[in-house]
Amino acid sequence: MSTATKQRPEAKKKAPVLDRDQFLKAYRSMRTIRSFEDKISEEFMKGNIPGFLHLYSGQEAAGVGICELLNDDDYVVSTHRGHGHCIAKGGDVIGMMKEIMGKQGGICDGKGGSMHIADFDKGMLGANAIVGGGPPLIVGAALSAKTLGTTQVGVAFGGDGSSNQGTTFEAMNLAVVLKLPAIFFFENNGYGEGTHASYAVGSRDIAGRAAAFGMPAFKVDGTDIFAVTEVCKKAVQHCRDGKGPVTIEASVPRFKGHFEGDPQAYRGENEIETLMKEQDCLVIARKAAIKQKLATAAELDKIDEEVAELMGRATEAGLAAPVPEISELMDNVYSSEY
Amino acid sequence: MPVKTYREAINEALHQAMADDASVIVLGEEVSGGAGCEGSRDAYGGVMGITKGLLPAFGEERVIDTPITESAIIGAAAGAAQTGLRPVAELMFMDFFGVCFDQIYNQAAKFHYMFGGKSQCPMVVRCTTGAGWSAGAQHSQNLTQMVTMVPGLKVVCPTNAYDAKGLMLQAIKDNDCVIFVEDKMLYDTSCEVPDEMYTIPFGEANFYREGSDLTIVAISNPMHKVLAVVDRLAEEGITCDVIDPRTTSPLDEEAILESVETTGKLLLVDEMTPRCGIAADISSIVAEKAFSSLRAPIRKVTAAHSPVPFAPNLEQAWMPGDADIEAAIRELVEYV
Ligand SMILES: Cc1ncc(C[n+]2csc(CCOP(=O)(O)OP(=O)(O)O)c2C)c(N)n1
Ligand SMILES: [Mg+2]
Repeated sequence: MSTATKQRPEAKKKAPVLDRDQFLKAYRSMRTIRSFEDKISEEFMKGNIPGFLHLYSGQEAAGVGICELLNDDDYVVSTHRGHGHCIAKGGDVIGMMKEIMGKQGGICDGKGGSMHIADFDKGMLGANAIVGGGPPLIVGAALSAKTLGTTQVGVAFGGDGSSNQGTTFEAMNLAVVLKLPAIFFFENNGYGEGTHASYAVGSRDIAGRAAAFGMPAFKVDGTDIFAVTEVCKKAVQHCRDGKGPVTIEASVPRFKGHFEGDPQAYRGENEIETLMKEQDCLVIARKAAIKQKLATAAELDKIDEEVAELMGRATEAGLAAPVPEISELMDNVYSSEY
Repeated sequence: MPVKTYREAINEALHQAMADDASVIVLGEEVSGGAGCEGSRDAYGGVMGITKGLLPAFGEERVIDTPITESAIIGAAAGAAQTGLRPVAELMFMDFFGVCFDQIYNQAAKFHYMFGGKSQCPMVVRCTTGAGWSAGAQHSQNLTQMVTMVPGLKVVCPTNAYDAKGLMLQAIKDNDCVIFVEDKMLYDTSCEVPDEMYTIPFGEANFYREGSDLTIVAISNPMHKVLAVVDRLAEEGITCDVIDPRTTSPLDEEAILESVETTGKLLLVDEMTPRCGIAADISSIVAEKAFSSLRAPIRKVTAAHSPVPFAPNLEQAWMPGDADIEAAIRELVEYV
């Protein structure tokens, strides 16, 4: 396992990576994320969402691919670009919408916002506004699983940029030393803000670093839900079998700016148009599924409509919700008597 | 005299210092932006636009975009400062001190003392602070107190464009590690700023207003809330000494003590959590050294003792507000 292995889907004829039901569920989750991001982008423009927004658009197959293999009690920690991970893990979209709008009934009572979105009922331990904040935390979650004797797995999402942070390296090493069921899942979207990964990742090979820590690694095309699923099945199984941590590097496009409102002067000419045309995981998934006769276009359209309807409801609920009571300001600073 | 924003003033200071002294370098995440990308370099010029134009003017050797790696950025700046360069490192948000604090307080701050005066650390760490953007609990904190308490560090927190330029030029010339705290709510504020280079010495307070009813000391953005309230109350005949220490380390104790000796009343305003903050620190100094001059209890208006909440209305309630400041002033004025 000296270098990362590149995985191609359906290299050999065997049982499909996703059966019909599994595919439809994954597709719905991917569509939900895309629609959610589109919707909040709109509401942000209208001035209905405060703070910073980092959208996950384009990266859906990566987060959904792994989260569809996890149970509610498996853990994920996320990044500043966390809405997709929360939805992929089954997070409550209406609660998320209210949170991002800073309203009562928000999933974190309006205290967290976009960069701290979380859903503890679904094992989503929180988005994180500190780049590199998550990996050490997942080591802890995996340590709990191991110590308590469960078969739970922990996944730390991170970007290409976060792969360079010292906390990430330390966490990877500790996970190997303690042989923990942790997956370091790097979504390489090419950019950390406006700095390219080809500049900032010295070796230009995030997955390749794992070998030096002594853990297996996979590289995968993160626009292909089937490819991601295939690789993640192996990684999750490796963890559940008690064989220690795994690294995954999924290459994905970032369709939007680093944050909403980013002028993106660092992008190449027509770069985004090309990415959206050639690397849209939803388009790719639809084509593949129809070709494999997993679903018809009409069935997928229907899912799209149902998701659109849900987004409409979530947005209305978010807009209609009252802002938090000022008396809530000091709630939850401590969890016991202070 | 030309009018410039706080952002332009710091940018100009960096341009002039780099032109003036070839040992000055700038490093940090996105200080230029666009490294390795197909599009344009200098795409950001810092996420707040403070270092814009430095890369085209001084090149990649002196304007260094780094990976996301705060410990190494600050450590590299400290090591370079010990060995002949004058780095200006950008930490983006002050909240990120958490990632690299060892390199600041165990390393940069201590070299000169620990090594018997044989090593110097002439570096500047720039960072953005302050609430008001709904940026959440990890992008809004003012942690000025955390660096002020470290012996060996100097801490600068300018409240206007004129001070920002003069203090930045002083910080770059200074032979110690200087933490330069920029309040994000002030970047677009402007005032008259000379084109030429000038410095403002550390430890010299600025009197924004002079008066006799009470002394107000404020740090960073809250100063502007104080000024608005004070100017309104002046119409009622209430007059105050309004003091901006400009640097919390060194602190111009003398200016504060002298003022309190004449007014006998003190209000402290900052946007830090109330325990162990700058307001608490100055309060203890005055209680200790000017006790006999005090004719009323010292009052503090600070942020609440909680993480910074996201929801805009909660964030506003968390911050020291105009109403809190006005109430405190009235209470002190009426105190007999
Ligand atoms: C410790 C820390 N340093 C810097 C930042 C500012 N910042 C936020 S996101 C980001 C880029 C992260 O890049 P990557 O890990 O590739 O994630 P992506 O944005 O592509 O999802 C940076 C530099 C931060 N939030 N925390
Ligand atoms: Mg990235």
